[in-house]
Amino acid sequence: MGPAMNQLPLQGRPIAGAMPAFHAAVEAGELRGLCQQARTQQARLVALWGSDETVRGGGYALHLALALPAGLLWLSVPLAREHPSYPGIADIYPCADRMQRAARDLVGMLAQGDSDQRKWLRHGAWPGDVFPLRKEFDIASSCPPVDDHYPFVKVEGEGVHEIPVGPVHAGTIEPGHFRFSIVGEKILRLEQRLGYTHKGIEKRFETMTLEEGAKLAGRVSGDSTVAYAWAWAMAVEGATGTEPASRSLALRGILLELERIANHLGDLGYLGNDVALSFGFFQFWRLKEDLLRLNAELFGHRYLMDLVVPGGVARDLPRGEAERLLARLESIEREVATLKSIYDEHAGAQDRFIMTGQVLPELAEKMGLTGFAGRASGVNHDLRADFPIPPWQQLPVRVASHIRGDVAARVAVRFDEVSESMRLVRALVHLLPPGEVRVPLVACPGGRRGVGWVEGWRGEVLIALETAEAGRIHRAHPHDSSWQNWPLLERAVMGNIVHDFPLINKSFNLSYSGQDL
Amino acid sequence: MYWLLKQIARTGIVTEPAPRADEALRRLEQQLGATILKHFGRSLAIRHVDAGSCNGCELEIHAANGPHYNLERLGIKFVASPRHADMLLVTGPVSRNMETALKRTYAATPEPKLVVAIGDCGCTGGIFGESYASCGRVANVIPVDVAVPGCPPPPTAIIQGILTAVSAATR
Repeated sequence: MGPAMNQLPLQGRPIAGAMPAFHAAVEAGELRGLCQQARTQQARLVALWGSDETVRGGGYALHLALALPAGLLWLSVPLAREHPSYPGIADIYPCADRMQRAARDLVGMLAQGDSDQRKWLRHGAWPGDVFPLRKEFDIASSCPPVDDHYPFVKVEGEGVHEIPVGPVHAGTIEPGHFRFSIVGEKILRLEQRLGYTHKGIEKRFETMTLEEGAKLAGRVSGDSTVAYAWAWAMAVEGATGTEPASRSLALRGILLELERIANHLGDLGYLGNDVALSFGFFQFWRLKEDLLRLNAELFGHRYLMDLVVPGGVARDLPRGEAERLLARLESIEREVATLKSIYDEHAGAQDRFIMTGQVLPELAEKMGLTGFAGRASGVNHDLRADFPIPPWQQLPVRVASHIRGDVAARVAVRFDEVSESMRLVRALVHLLPPGEVRVPLVACPGGRRGVGWVEGWRGEVLIALETAEAGRIHRAHPHDSSWQNWPLLERAVMGNIVHDFPLINKSFNLSYSGQDL
Repeated sequence: MYWLLKQIARTGIVTEPAPRADEALRRLEQQLGATILKHFGRSLAIRHVDAGSCNGCELEIHAANGPHYNLERLGIKFVASPRHADMLLVTGPVSRNMETALKRTYAATPEPKLVVAIGDCGCTGGIFGESYASCGRVANVIPVDVAVPGCPPPPTAIIQGILTAVSAATR
């Protein structure tokens, strides 16, 4: 029995890998009791997904990943082959709602109870009695389009009207539908409908080998490619029992922090733009471009795609280039400090930032807000600090946080994280151990589990992996923190004016692709 | 305000020369007359449509609007509605869930119009390919004039693709 379970009545088995993780099988009847106990012990629900076990002699299975103080607990609940169903847990963990609906759309398992029974990822591309993640379903099949009716919640009353937005948005962003119910200028309610970018990622994994999967994992959400590729590598290394080269771990740390800096810089620019401070956009995007070019010069890709691979990294930091990296970062850091004082003292910008799109800590904790947005609302989790595995082991990460939970707090946390990431890159460059950067993968039998769990710039990224024979994939579930955070955006905009929506939205900058899969 | 102005003065102009058109990117014989293209070329309105991308290509479209590339100085502007657009810039494999929206956006764009597909996914379906959930490349759903490969294509390649579409074919 692992230490993760010492307060839960479970027999758990450790899952090999870099992050502390445990697996336990539980019966559907025990699920709600366990979740209630876990909730009272402050365990967070990280992910919920389904799988088809009929090729392995079972029926179907529901899986949950819970974050406990001692690590990740992966619960599997075997379900019947005929009419698989389980007691829903969305009343215990509100963020489970959309995940349960997705598991039904993709695997055909029903969450019983009074939770939302509407479809989620399924639109009109396949009918309600076809389940793409079942093994009998061929990825190449193309179903005739079906009617895509979706009953939005109607808000009624004197002067209430609706503004439908999307899926094609007015800016250069990903597609999704937002249904605003408005009175005057004020938002009474926002309802999101996502799933437009569903492109069959999870099914595609099942046609790949463990090594091939790295490239696809790096494209679940392009802006978080390092975080996903690292999570994928961690899961594969755990499942195969491969020990990655220690130099590669420090390099992964550098790449992850460069990704964090680039994304925060870009968003800080757009946050200026959204409050009519286009100066901010041009300044921050100049700095971001400087960083992207440095990435391309040092590592061969502006967004660092395909650099983290199972076994290590694909490319070393060129000899003698560390100084150039540090010098460029130092000049960016100096400029960011100047821009921060300009933002801080700009009355117009602060007037728009402060008390806009607020998520109070109590609600954030209840709904499971995560990542930097969580930290801006007092939910101070950061996997780099909570589970300091290498390379963070020698290098304690200072977690940025705030409690006001408004746009200004998310801006402040992003500024703090940029400087902390700069410090981490500097320290990692100095700590960089000599040696090789990539080791070959150990061959792996079927039926092994692997967990990849990484604090990306937006929030935690999980890869839950089960292997099949011959180095192939039985099931891979990539999970983005956007699943948890999208519902909080609905709450954050309540009572704000419609025109502040783009600002609030950008302050979270959630992934559509990472959620739609 | 003093610091803001000082920062602007200190930064100066970072915009770099624009790339030239690249005929290798052209997919369709040019359907628009040279006169129309001359007009388009001087002031082009683009509607971006993400038809199912991983959001990587969007990052580079944003970058193309940043100060180093400064797309707007070429008279090229992103607009909020397809009804105002001369060109659609389409990213991603077209997910089946976006197929109708993309077709409607294309229909809402007034003639004459151009379509530029961005990225490996837009060109071929990329790593996502064709499946129950993906129609694959953009040309499987709407006619494409120019396709720009890359994962993601850098801003210069995107600008080059746009300029190719608005320049008369020299063949």
